[in-house]
Amino acid sequence: MPKPEPVAAKAGTTVEVKLPMQLREGYHMNTNMPPDPYLIPLRLTWDSGAISAEIVYPKPELHKVEFSAAPLPVFSGKFELVTRFKVPASVQPGLVNIPGKLRYQACNDRMCLPPKTVELTLPVSVSR
Amino acid sequence: MQAPKQPLSLVRRWVLFAAAVAIIASCEAPIPDNFHIKAVNERKPTPDFNLKDATGANVKLSDYKGKVVLLNFWATWCGPCKVEIPWFMEFERTYKDRNFAVLGVSMDEDGWDAVKPYVEEKKMNYRVVLGNDQVSQLFGSVDSLPTTIVIDREGRIASMHVGLVAKATYQKEIEKLLEAPKDAPKTGAVRDPGSEFALLRAH
Repeated sequence: MPKPEPVAAKAGTTVEVKLPMQLREGYHMNTNMPPDPYLIPLRLTWDSGAISAEIVYPKPELHKVEFSAAPLPVFSGKFELVTRFKVPASVQPGLVNIPGKLRYQACNDRMCLPPKTVELTLPVSVSR
Repeated sequence: MQAPKQPLSLVRRWVLFAAAVAIIASCEAPIPDNFHIKAVNERKPTPDFNLKDATGANVKLSDYKGKVVLLNFWATWCGPCKVEIPWFMEFERTYKDRNFAVLGVSMDEDGWDAVKPYVEEKKMNYRVVLGNDQVSQLFGSVDSLPTTIVIDREGRIASMHVGLVAKATYQKEIEKLLEAPKDAPKTGAVRDPGSEFALLRAH
């Protein structure tokens, strides 16, 4: 995982951060709301304390799979996860490292790989 | 997994940071396998394991010696595994009186909390045990699911399939193994030129 440069954020504003994703051709992953409760959802979470984080997942594509009569909503190829960090005015200026986790589980049409959790750190430079 | 650096990007009037997560699957897409049974002298002994079933009973793979076994590594979150389960239930019904058994090894991290409801919901009629990393390593690190191993009566690996393959593939393999004559005891070398010697040694 690359060490990201700090995101500049003014206290009292909202900052959008994009997390570009790329899946190898032929593979897909479940959306954040898979229709089958046994499927493992894609989940991005941030432990951002006073800074609230709203995750915006992209619109899924529908994929025909053998194990489901209805097409399965999935993410594949290149897509982005957007997080809207709302930085309260009360946050002190300085560098804040926000830890996050990305949990996902990928499959192709014939096999699945085990679920994985990737640890992320996003440095946010808060100013007045 | 690789995570190439991405350039900073601008969205609207805010300076934004774009972190890159390149999720690259660790193996290539599989080629659908066909009927493939190894020759007897190429088969390796199946590693033994001792795992628990849903009732807490110990299940040793070596206890199945004498039977043809379809050993299926699966998980509740694995879609392709879901396709195979009804086939395996049918095999269990069709062949159980001919010394055949299906044994499912669930690789669910959440254990029986996840697996029990699934087994009940799907009315799975064959034995299921809970797997772990140690058992996965015994079989060369089972990472992709489903992974299915067909074992002959002598406890040797006759075929191994990674990923979903045709139902007919399994059916033909099972029938071939069920029809095969039993090995002479302790020789394991009936097809070798020196098999008579092996037989003499065994007795």
